Amino acid sequence: MVTLTINGSEHELDVPDNMPLLWALRDVAGLKGTKFGCGIAECGACTVHLDGEATRSCVTPVSAVQGRQVTTIEAMADDAVGQRVQQAWLDLGVAQCGYCQGGQIMNATALLKRTPRPDTREIVDAMAGNLCRCGTYNRILAAIERAAGKEVSS
Amino acid sequence: MSRSADTLLLANVSRRGLLKGLAGGSALLLAARWDLGLANEQAQFGAGAMPGGWVDNPNVFIHIDSDGLVTIVNNRAEMGQGIRTSLVMVAADELGADWDQVRAEQANADQDRYGNQNTDGSRSMRHWYQPMRRAAAAARLMLEQAAANRWDVPVHEVRAGIHKVVHSASGRELGFGELAESARELDVPGRDALVLKSDSELRFIGKESGLINGELKSAYPKAIDGEDIVTGRAVFGADVDLEDTLYAVVARPPVYGAKVKSVDDSEALNVTGVRKVIPIEGTGQPAAFNPLGGVAVVASNTWAAMEGRRALKIEWDRAAAGDNADYTSDAYRESLEKAAQSPGKVIRQSGDAEAALEAADRRVSATYYMPHMAQAPMEPPVAVVRIRDGKAEAWAPVQNPRATREGIAGLLEMDLEDVTVHQTLLGGGFGRKSKPDFVMEAARVAREFEGQPIKLQWSREDDIQHAYFHAVSVDHLEAGLDADGKATSWRHRTLSPSIASLFAPDPRHKGEFELGMGFNTMPFSIPAIRLENPPAPAHVRIGWFRSVYNLPHAWAIQSFAHEMAVAAGKDHRDFVLDLLGPDREVHNLTVGDGWNYGEDPELYPIDVARMRRVIERATEEAGWGRETGKGRGLGLAFHHSFVSYTAIVFDVEVSEAGELTIHRADIAFDCGPQANPERIRSQMEGSCVMGIGIALQSEVTFEDGVAQQDNFDSYLIPRMPNAPRVVRVHLIDNPNDAMGGVGEPGLPPVAPALCNAIFAATGKRIRRLPVGDQLAS
Repeated sequence: MVTLTINGSEHELDVPDNMPLLWALRDVAGLKGTKFGCGIAECGACTVHLDGEATRSCVTPVSAVQGRQVTTIEAMADDAVGQRVQQAWLDLGVAQCGYCQGGQIMNATALLKRTPRPDTREIVDAMAGNLCRCGTYNRILAAIERAAGKEVSS
Repeated sequence: MSRSADTLLLANVSRRGLLKGLAGGSALLLAARWDLGLANEQAQFGAGAMPGGWVDNPNVFIHIDSDGLVTIVNNRAEMGQGIRTSLVMVAADELGADWDQVRAEQANADQDRYGNQNTDGSRSMRHWYQPMRRAAAAARLMLEQAAANRWDVPVHEVRAGIHKVVHSASGRELGFGELAESARELDVPGRDALVLKSDSELRFIGKESGLINGELKSAYPKAIDGEDIVTGRAVFGADVDLEDTLYAVVARPPVYGAKVKSVDDSEALNVTGVRKVIPIEGTGQPAAFNPLGGVAVVASNTWAAMEGRRALKIEWDRAAAGDNADYTSDAYRESLEKAAQSPGKVIRQSGDAEAALEAADRRVSATYYMPHMAQAPMEPPVAVVRIRDGKAEAWAPVQNPRATREGIAGLLEMDLEDVTVHQTLLGGGFGRKSKPDFVMEAARVAREFEGQPIKLQWSREDDIQHAYFHAVSVDHLEAGLDADGKATSWRHRTLSPSIASLFAPDPRHKGEFELGMGFNTMPFSIPAIRLENPPAPAHVRIGWFRSVYNLPHAWAIQSFAHEMAVAAGKDHRDFVLDLLGPDREVHNLTVGDGWNYGEDPELYPIDVARMRRVIERATEEAGWGRETGKGRGLGLAFHHSFVSYTAIVFDVEVSEAGELTIHRADIAFDCGPQANPERIRSQMEGSCVMGIGIALQSEVTFEDGVAQQDNFDSYLIPRMPNAPRVVRVHLIDNPNDAMGGVGEPGLPPVAPALCNAIFAATGKRIRRLPVGDQLAS
């Protein structure tokens, strides 16, 4: 039994210590916004915030997150920066299939909290770990700039 | 899909001439009316010729609540192309619905009710645009009739506005919601009574909105699934949440066709949470959409199932795989390259290409290779199936719900009526999810657990190692030039296993639907042409990958045309415009293509003028001919596929160390009338990125029948740094031709355009994909 703090609430989960947080969230806590994409921290679809840091939940065992704040895409609408990022995503029609976008938004939000006005290079470097097979990268970049309060570049 | 030339010619009433003879502005309307004369069962082309045909009954697709909420049913798979927004928007626009009061409902698999649902071949909009407009126009007329009845006035005195019907003479109006109940009671008007809205009355169809080439021009009408996606609420295949679900993964044979010899599951059953280990029968070859076989592990959560699978000890019978167990892709490439040196089955010829080659002042020759690739949608295959009381219910991200339903019914020996398939969102498809093998696996496992839902999840390793692989290809081309550098002859030999090997004994030659993807439809005007298809046996499970055989054909032909231009000492654009010859319509049958993506060649010939127009537009926008400086260059490629036209120009730079920077892409695209330009742009942008991966990174190799890549650390796909920072999409305003495809035609010219740009920058010719480290000095 492990106790996790997810989006501000405590959850008692009957799972082995080595279960990756991803599967504890999805199959046990019933939070399905965090996606499985690769299982080896190569694609970023499973990105959550751990004490505010973007973290790959697919390779993070639940034992490593006890006593820490886990935040998922489901809580981003209640976060001022997260909300701005989500709105920018909608304004620019970023998503195609949408499967990776929760992870993209989690990573982008963490970036903007750390670096409120990132330049293009900083955005590209920060987002390089998040794959999108539909190829929405330029809209993601533009949406992050928009959420950061910059003009959409042309 | 194959049709004889005779049947095809019988249908050659000149519909296109009829269309062209009328004012351009009314072409859409007329095109929308064309299907009226054709009952589904008589149609030979287009939507009507698809299994299940089209349906335009408003009662099937449109429902209005008394509070005014409009529900529009989307019968196509949403996999990122935006069809749930675009098709619903088409109906909402024609109906006059307030977009804020519209919701989409996803159709279950029910071809008899909803018409064809196979989301494949870039067909959704071109086949459903007209039926959905008619359905909405009929619903609008029913609302107007209901209002006229209520007010006791003739129907021609009332008119539907936005979400209401108005009687101007008396100033009365009633909302759609207030009229819904009585409108539902009315008979559906005949198609002859329908008048579709004129362009000036439309709010969404054909209108530019959203982000256009980096600038936010106007608000994009909200995407149907937009908010659900950004808040994590959108339901993809794995997000279906049913009580008492058990989770399954499958250990599949490492080689296509191998079988389980023995399995020791004692350790697997000791893993906490593992409930059961079940052998899955394979169906041998050809596999079609059936399970590959292997061993399933069922557990209380996905992780336990994966841990259980890791603990299995399986001995495989590789001999059962026959030749496949020796399949090594490097050796196979060499064998195809050798076979390409000898003549093959003649597919098309005009003039005497051999004699013209002999007589040529100068000969150009090259061989191109494209490797196996996996579609690798971000959502790996996954399905939920529950069997209860002799009925099966599935929830799955599938492109082909009908095949899924039939497959489950066949596997479980049930009547089709006892199988329900709920369509979830697809986290990407790209052809992978046209094949519902993963749903069949879930159904097979669910058979062991009466009443309990089974969620069967593929890992990324499963997805890449057991894809329906894009087949390798070798294309060998030879051309003759005269003293002025003009092409006199063209010989192209194409070699790839056929996707038909997935369903039937390996034909070893490409089928009509494969050759018709840019090989025999090559539009160049050259005096002597000879196209051949030598045999190529299949060894792995191959299948459609977005744009399919257009990929190798465009890659080879567009690279080679550039090589010819270089040999002739001419500008690439000038050279290919000359190769295309005068503006004309090439009837598909005259080049041996009886397929034409299932469309009427009268309505959809190969139109050289349209090809020329996209080339001119892309090159003009890119500043073709400008001085680029050392190590930098522009590259062009173009292609006709899925009855649309694409040209792309890349501006690239390669450093001394061989590091590639893609500065910009200019894409010109002509798909005829545009339903939702905003989503057309996003498809072109996405195709550009995926194509860059095909050019630079993506390859699956095989050793002894086993895929050597298994996840995104070895099977590489583009990341944000790989995308050009500037991508410009130039849509050709062309309302007068018939509507073309959008999801796939952006992809084929990307890799050759990029490689042509690399040549312009460096003088290095790429003939083998992916580029990988070939630029390293």
